Amino acid sequence: MPTIIVDVMPKAELLDPAGKAVAGALDRLGDSTFSAVRIGKRFELTVDGEADDAAVAAARELAESLLSNSVIEDVVSVRVAGE
Amino acid sequence: MTDTVANAIATPDHEQPYAALGLKADEYASIREILGRRPTSGELAMYSVMWSEHCSYKSSKIYLRQFGQKVSPKMREKLMVGIGENAGVVDIGEGWAVTFKVESHNHPSFIEPFQGAATGVGGIVRDIISMGARPVAVMDQLRFGRIDHPDTARVVHGVVSGISFYGNCLGLPNIGGETYFDACYQDNPLVNALAVGVLRHEDLHLANARGVGNRVVLFGARTGGDGIGGASILASDTFAEGGPTKRPAVQVGDPFAEKVLIECCLELFAGDLVEGIQDLGAAGISCATSELASNGDGGMFIELDKVLLRDPTLTAEEILMSESQERMMAIVQPEKLEAFLAVTAKWDVETSVLGEVTDTGRLVIHWHGEEIVDVEPRTVAIDGPVYERPVAYPAWLDALQADSASALPRSNDVDVLRTQFLQLLGSPNLAAKSWITDQYDRYVGGNTALSLPDDGGMVRVDESSGLGFALAADANGRYAQLDPYQGARLALAEAYRNVAVTGAVPAAVSDCLNFGSPENPEVMWQFSRAVEGLSDGCLELEIPVTGGNVSFYNQTGDVPIHPTPVVAVLGVIDDVARRVPSGWQDEGNNIYLLGTTSEEFDGSAWAGTIHGHLGGLPPAVDLAQEKRLAALLAAGAGQSLIASAHDLSDGGLAHALAESVLRFGVGARVWLGDILHRDGVDVATALFSESTGRVIVSVPREDDVKFQGLCEGRGYPVLRIGVTDKLSPALEIQDVFTIGIDELRGTHSATLPDHFS
Repeated sequence: MPTIIVDVMPKAELLDPAGKAVAGALDRLGDSTFSAVRIGKRFELTVDGEADDAAVAAARELAESLLSNSVIEDVVSVRVAGE
Repeated sequence: MTDTVANAIATPDHEQPYAALGLKADEYASIREILGRRPTSGELAMYSVMWSEHCSYKSSKIYLRQFGQKVSPKMREKLMVGIGENAGVVDIGEGWAVTFKVESHNHPSFIEPFQGAATGVGGIVRDIISMGARPVAVMDQLRFGRIDHPDTARVVHGVVSGISFYGNCLGLPNIGGETYFDACYQDNPLVNALAVGVLRHEDLHLANARGVGNRVVLFGARTGGDGIGGASILASDTFAEGGPTKRPAVQVGDPFAEKVLIECCLELFAGDLVEGIQDLGAAGISCATSELASNGDGGMFIELDKVLLRDPTLTAEEILMSESQERMMAIVQPEKLEAFLAVTAKWDVETSVLGEVTDTGRLVIHWHGEEIVDVEPRTVAIDGPVYERPVAYPAWLDALQADSASALPRSNDVDVLRTQFLQLLGSPNLAAKSWITDQYDRYVGGNTALSLPDDGGMVRVDESSGLGFALAADANGRYAQLDPYQGARLALAEAYRNVAVTGAVPAAVSDCLNFGSPENPEVMWQFSRAVEGLSDGCLELEIPVTGGNVSFYNQTGDVPIHPTPVVAVLGVIDDVARRVPSGWQDEGNNIYLLGTTSEEFDGSAWAGTIHGHLGGLPPAVDLAQEKRLAALLAAGAGQSLIASAHDLSDGGLAHALAESVLRFGVGARVWLGDILHRDGVDVATALFSESTGRVIVSVPREDDVKFQGLCEGRGYPVLRIGVTDKLSPALEIQDVFTIGIDELRGTHSATLPDHFS
């Protein structure tokens, strides 16, 4: 069955404590390849039927209303898996 | 392009967005007058946040002066640091001092309840650290909308998890607090956070920048774009519906970073590496630099591009206004800088040296070599605008006060009394708050002697002597709506009594004054009356106000919240082993009622819960009597005559009896006959009236004579009203009703889980 993927990230201007902790760990391990880490969320919504425009629109609506907190997070993408 | 001082001089007519930053036209004009030119955009940013209501206290200042004026020599005795510093400091003896303060984080907690409440805890804890103290406990005073309103659960869940998340991660016990539900807080919950810390006298630190050449050091979390304008815009304006959307000025907290910061600061203090220190809260770097400079030698030079950034695209103005959490600013002697940096490096706390203390009397800030700020720091931090806002006696108040609850039908039928008693016990404001407090860590640290559901929290300070402090914070917005002067005194009296019942001696006060818009003359009248009441009351009780916070603009649309002056009282106890719990534990102890009861139902829980009524005049409060009561309780606790003590407040005697039973599950037989006879009241009044100056205590039989002698000697009215009964699991009020502990507990503890679980 098709899956719609929603990605949510903490707003760029806000602190991401978990990402900061991972960046700190990289630093302690001596890895200097990456200078920053931010951690977001990925939701996989399985569609019962076809992943058409209506389903994507419904997923977007859900992403804005339930899956993310618009005060501190942004929905960065809503897409059908494999597309 | 950078707006430099030179550029500001060259382009005097350049239009500036002062209104969008929350400044009024006349305030902008006076900034121009102070500077003798237009401000640069950086200066405008600084003035706008520092002159905001939240930071400048411009509407409240003229009233708050009373706290400094109404003081007796006795009130100064134990006060090491008073109003004006980050938090007040009180000498509790044996070389120990306690610092405590309560602050509001109301507006952010409505927009983003979890982070708003969490950063409220973080902010007040940093105030405590900056005094040189180790934070040891927190507590919170919460007000939410109606418990059955669809939006209330969102706010409650977020706020409670935010507080527990931040406090629990820091390893700080949450030792008390209060929670009320009322429609007036629906779109404007109150989240007041209190923190308390302990220090040795010699560890005291102050926020000032002295010593020319000393370095100005910023350490802690990096500066990001969070919370820009939080103080100036969010906390200093109403949530106008239909108006332009306010930018989400919230911050995200990181308690683990704060925990590291606490330990790092304490090591810096222990190594004597810090001359002055200030936490960064509202108004961020603008506030820290201008306040440190104003309180010190008056001059400071800062290179703003040295600030470590999370987001390299931030402009100078944004850096000045950012409210990123978990940051501190210290003043360090150059020869100690290396040792300072070694400590911050050890704790993995990022640190940057921004500049130094100067003797120019100017706060000068450079941005990549260009001068963007050149101001006299006092004009930013201290000599902001002061308003004497119009006050007006509320047009509706006479009618409200005339509408007394004494006109409400009051039944003395035993079945009705039983029903009303249970209705009150399960009502949202009187119901058990364990659903909330169980989410908080109450015993971490191993020094908690008392915490909720006891009347006050208590923490041991010295492990060898047992020296400790007790804390209670109270406010009754319903009383204050009826009469703000008496409402403030009633809040003070209740917090004072709640400390006294633990066996501690009340010593100092902090307050958080939550009101509507100061631009509403009726609100300003309420505020002026409340401050007058509180300052008069503190003078009468001879305990000083050590600091606090004012939160205005708590309203939605045109409807202000009930005036909610939260009063926190701190008390001292020589040995926490002599603390007095709030409930019964032993068989056959005599139960005494201290104080007298009269027919006082106006503003009561009974009037509100049973009749949905608010009107009349709040209960009379006699602070001289409260003082005698507290002295009596301290003497009784000191001689270990008192097995338990519980204050009577919301819900009256009936509710206090129920809570005393439920604390440890020990029942009692109680008779009201002597109260009815002596005070000339009916049964309903004896049970539900909210007369002040009353406490129930339980006394072991063998101490009975001594206890009665103590009351007689001090001339305090006392009646034996019952006896504890460990064998019968019930509260029996003779000739009225008998209710089993299971039913009491079920009623008392079901309400919050029913709505929020």
